[in-house]
Amino acid sequence: MYQQRTLIALATIARKEAQRYLRIWVQTLLPPAITMALYFVIFGNLIGPRIGTMDGHTYIDFIVPGIIMMAVITNSYSNVVSSFFGAKFQRHVEEILVSPTPNSVILLGYISGGVSRGLLTGLIVTLVSLIFTRLPIHSIPVTVSVVFLTSVLFSLGGFINAVFARKFDDISIVPVFILTPLTYLGGVFYSINLLPDFWRMVSMANPVLYMVNAFRYGFLGASDIDIWLAYGLILIFIAILAGFAMYLLHRGVGLRS
Amino acid sequence: MKALTLEHLNKTYKGGVVALRDVNLTVDQGDFFGLLGPNGAGKSTLIGIISSLVTKTSGRVAVFDHDLDRHPWEAKASLGLVPQEFNFNNFETVEQIVLNQAGYYGIRRGVARQRAERYLRELGLWEKRRAVSRTLSGGMKRRLMIARALVHEPRLLILDEPTAGVDIELRRSMWQFLRDINRADGVTIILTTHYLEEAENLCRNIAIIDEGRIIEHTDTQSLLTRLNTHEFVLDLTAPLDSLPAGFPFQTQQIAPRQLEVQVGRDQTLTELFLELERTGIQVSSMKNKSNRLEELFLRLLRGDSDTGTASGG
Repeated sequence: MYQQRTLIALATIARKEAQRYLRIWVQTLLPPAITMALYFVIFGNLIGPRIGTMDGHTYIDFIVPGIIMMAVITNSYSNVVSSFFGAKFQRHVEEILVSPTPNSVILLGYISGGVSRGLLTGLIVTLVSLIFTRLPIHSIPVTVSVVFLTSVLFSLGGFINAVFARKFDDISIVPVFILTPLTYLGGVFYSINLLPDFWRMVSMANPVLYMVNAFRYGFLGASDIDIWLAYGLILIFIAILAGFAMYLLHRGVGLRS
Repeated sequence: MKALTLEHLNKTYKGGVVALRDVNLTVDQGDFFGLLGPNGAGKSTLIGIISSLVTKTSGRVAVFDHDLDRHPWEAKASLGLVPQEFNFNNFETVEQIVLNQAGYYGIRRGVARQRAERYLRELGLWEKRRAVSRTLSGGMKRRLMIARALVHEPRLLILDEPTAGVDIELRRSMWQFLRDINRADGVTIILTTHYLEEAENLCRNIAIIDEGRIIEHTDTQSLLTRLNTHEFVLDLTAPLDSLPAGFPFQTQQIAPRQLEVQVGRDQTLTELFLELERTGIQVSSMKNKSNRLEELFLRLLRGDSDTGTASGG
């Protein structure tokens, strides 16, 4: 009985989250499709042929997995951070806080919203990419598991950001000043093998590099890093962020006075 | 059974502001209970702790004997909250808001739809069920908050200033609705209000909180009978030059055609009317000088030990 009620509560939050981003699809789903299509046109079709091959693949094939991953990361993060902060700002988060919904279900519900939007955006960008290239798939399990886990990880990041945010500026600082640089420097547009040793070592400290490369491995069968190391790091980060998010919810940080 | 039990409840906010000081309070099942107090007395903090929106510093809260810390699901499922400020999603429809709230309590969609229809119809919102909540009038938003709080059919309903800013007609209809769910459905109701007339009309028991302490907790009638006098304002048909000598009621002329008369507990209105007739004073209308509970409330807050001297009408 208890499990059934918590499942209904989880489904309610997940449905509400999906309804939210589908209702405003012009703001949530359309922009990444257009932006990423421009990346494919400029970097794939116009500049790509002049660059030649990267790690043995055409340049457009090389950048497609990274661009898909970039869309997944930013959309997973921004969905949760904007939705949960919006709920705090409008105070309708209190609807859930007064209810018996356990903290774990609140977290899972919001994460499911971020993951579903992230994956849907990833699917849209993938479909757009098929206009420009025939995308090979080396390993479906690796592709699906890496994109799913990465989406979970950045949804958790968005949730924690929203918990601490006190004004709308606070929810754009991390995406603009941390997430975007990490993603652009995470090997989306280049192989780190092209970098000098020092910058190559610096790049290895960027967690996004592991996700982009593991995802690229799923498509192309080629990666700059050990794929198992990538899985390990993603799972460790998920465990740390999930534990921290639960701690914040339990303490009521930013939610209860 | 006690619908609500608060034991040694304390709350000190960050920065050292003490909001609650050793609050002990019980509310019986089926009661219509008024929690009164001036602004900043601790009412909202108390409700916040009961509804899990504020973290207590120490103490115990139990809802229908379910400890809020040890059995949160049972305690919270028994509780419905109508907060003072609108706190629903402005972009969702009326129906979505109520259905989602049911979902948070683990109620299946089919059952939730039936209950949503019942409460939205009873509160006159059924025709507006597909309206986005931000387009509703203030009164409709108030009623939406009540429908949302009732959709999981709580046994204890807490309303924090539910009629603030609501016109008289709607206020009266909300009073009737609350009386009905209290009597017919047996829902225990805790009400905070600034309209003491509202508390006097609705509540069987009352607690008064001030500076984080419960300074009075009794039934409404006992509280009111502590008043020794009732004060009335009489409108006269003709101007009165002076008060007749030997008039046995404490009287003050406040205008040529208006008298203020105090009727003591040992006097009756019949005696007053007989005396008015004897002295040839014709009265066209008569009204209470002010709300009786309001008078008593102010006396209690001022710390007057002898509330019996409070005037009322």
